[in-house]
This record gives sequence, C-alpha cells and structure tokens, in this order.
Amino acid sequence: MDSSEHMQLIYIILAAAFATFLTRIGGYVMITQMKRIPPRMEAALNSVPAAVLSTLVAPAFVRGGFDVAAAMLVAFAVGLRVSSLWMLAIGWLVVMTIRYLTV
Amino acid sequence: MTQDDFWQGIRGGFPVMVSASPFGALFGALAIDNGFSVFDAVFMSATLYAGASQMVGIELFGHKVQPWLIVLSIFAVNFRHILYSASIARHIRHFSGVQKFFTFFLLVDPQYAETEKRAERGEPVTFAWYLGFAMIIYVPWQIMTLLGAIFGQMIGEPRAIGLDVLLPIYFMGLVLGFRKRDNWLPVVAVSSLASIAAMHFVGSPWHVSIGAIAGILLAACLPLPKRHEEPVTLEHEV
Repeated sequence: MDSSEHMQLIYIILAAAFATFLTRIGGYVMITQMKRIPPRMEAALNSVPAAVLSTLVAPAFVRGGFDVAAAMLVAFAVGLRVSSLWMLAIGWLVVMTIRYLTV
Repeated sequence: MTQDDFWQGIRGGFPVMVSASPFGALFGALAIDNGFSVFDAVFMSATLYAGASQMVGIELFGHKVQPWLIVLSIFAVNFRHILYSASIARHIRHFSGVQKFFTFFLLVDPQYAETEKRAERGEPVTFAWYLGFAMIIYVPWQIMTLLGAIFGQMIGEPRAIGLDVLLPIYFMGLVLGFRKRDNWLPVVAVSSLASIAAMHFVGSPWHVSIGAIAGILLAACLPLPKRHEEPVTLEHEV
C-alpha cells in the first residue's frame, strides 16, 4: 500500500469512528429532547437488546452449517442453567467434536 | 465507595473480556490479511471499539469497496447503538458531561446489557462501576488486537480451532439473559425471523437493523403490561 492509499485508510477509520460515536450518542440526544417517555416507547426500549441480539444469533444458526447449529442448540439448552462462559466452552466442545469426527 | 464500584465493574467485566479476547486477536490477524498495518489495526480498535463492525470494515476494505460504502456499512452495523444510548439515558442522567462522553464512547453490547441488568437489580449505576467494567474490556481489546496482528499467521484458519462458533453463542447467552422481560419470546421470534429473511432478500449488514426494528415495533404494538401505567419521567437536559 503506498502512502496516499494509507492516508485514505486512516481517513476511513476516522470517519467510521465518528459515525460509530454518533450512533452511541444519538439515541441519548434524541430522547433527552422529550420530557417523559411514553409507555409504548418504554416497552419498545425494553425490547431493544433481545431484538438486536437475536439478529446476530438467528442468521448464524441458519447459515452456520450443521456443526454450528448443533453447538448452538446444545449451548441454548445449557444456557438456561449456566453462565455464558460455560455456554461458550460447551458450544466450542460440541463444534470441535463434530468437526473432529467428520473429518 | 467509588473504588469499590470500580473493582466491582472490573470483576463484572472480566468474563466478557475473556470471551471477547479471541475476537480481538482474530480481528488483528484478519486486518493484516486485508492489507492493514499493525498500527492501522490497533488504531481502528482504539477509535471504533466495535468488534462486529470492525470485522465488516476490514472485509470491505480488503475487497477495495468505495470508502463511503465502508463507512456507511460500519454505521449500519453499529446503528443498534442509537437504541442503546436512548435506553440507558434513564440510568446515567446523574453523570457529568465528560463522563457521558466516555460512557457513550465505550458503549458496546455487553456494556449496555450489564448496565441495564444492574439498573434492573436496583443497584446504582455509577461512573466508577461503568468505567471499571469498560476498562477491563477496552484495554485488553487493544492488547489482543496488537498480539493478533503481530502473530496473525499463527492463528491460521479460525474455523479449524472453532473460533467461528463463539460469537453467536456469546450473543445467544445475552439474549437468554433478558428472558424475564415483557414479550421476550415474541420479540426474539420476530426479530430472528425478520433478520433471516432480510439477510436473504436484502443482505448483510442490513439484516441487523431490519430484524431489530421488526421486534421493537412488535413490542411497541403489543398490549402494555399493567405496571406501565405511570410513565417514567426524564428531566430535561442537554
């Protein structure tokens, strides 16, 4: 990469960092313009984490292949009882076992 | 008291750091693969501090995609943070302006999730706690990016050592952590299906925003639970 290309990359990163910061402060700026939170908006806000995080999980389950889907199912089952670190460890064991057995 | 909160934050963030570290290293290694220097990789981790969008960014850069499209894609992946910052406004209104600046800069998914959980348990959301929780994730994220970039070739194929399965399982654990909330199951079901459909028909990364908005709209339209009769009041502030 020559130096002008490299400067361009630095500018891209800075622009992306600024855009990311805007997303992180934007909701706060919008909501503090309102005196009170209407109940339906509060219900909507309460649903945000589950709604967003589901979109990072479901496509991986559908597109990840049999081994990933199996590991996620097992992790889901144990996740109702154990911490997320155990979910990761057990899910990882499942996926590596399947990959080892099916090579 | 403040110091206690800080250490409590560090302890709380420790498991997140452990699960995020492989991704920091993976990002560093993949960044080198896509034409970044070691400095560029750490610079991106330090200024964006948003793992999934960093992965998207280096992937697009590696494919020589137009700069404006790279920035727009990163913005789209991170768009969910708008909802996070709106949602935690209720819990951080006692922070000073400078504290809020750092609060929002450091607002990553697990940070948001833990802040909400802490407020739900009735424990005080102090800046000391928030900063402790953030630092035990932010600082190692930079170190792991650096190590991953330096030793990029040693990580090899991420799939071969099972790294690819960790991120979705981690996010799934977070989803399960919210299962006591109103309308959790319908929201998760609708967001999941909408994101799968959007990934198929529109493509990544828009499936994140589209799937999330579907679930949130559903939550706003479903019948309200009784206890929401009294709306939460927010004092007006800049």
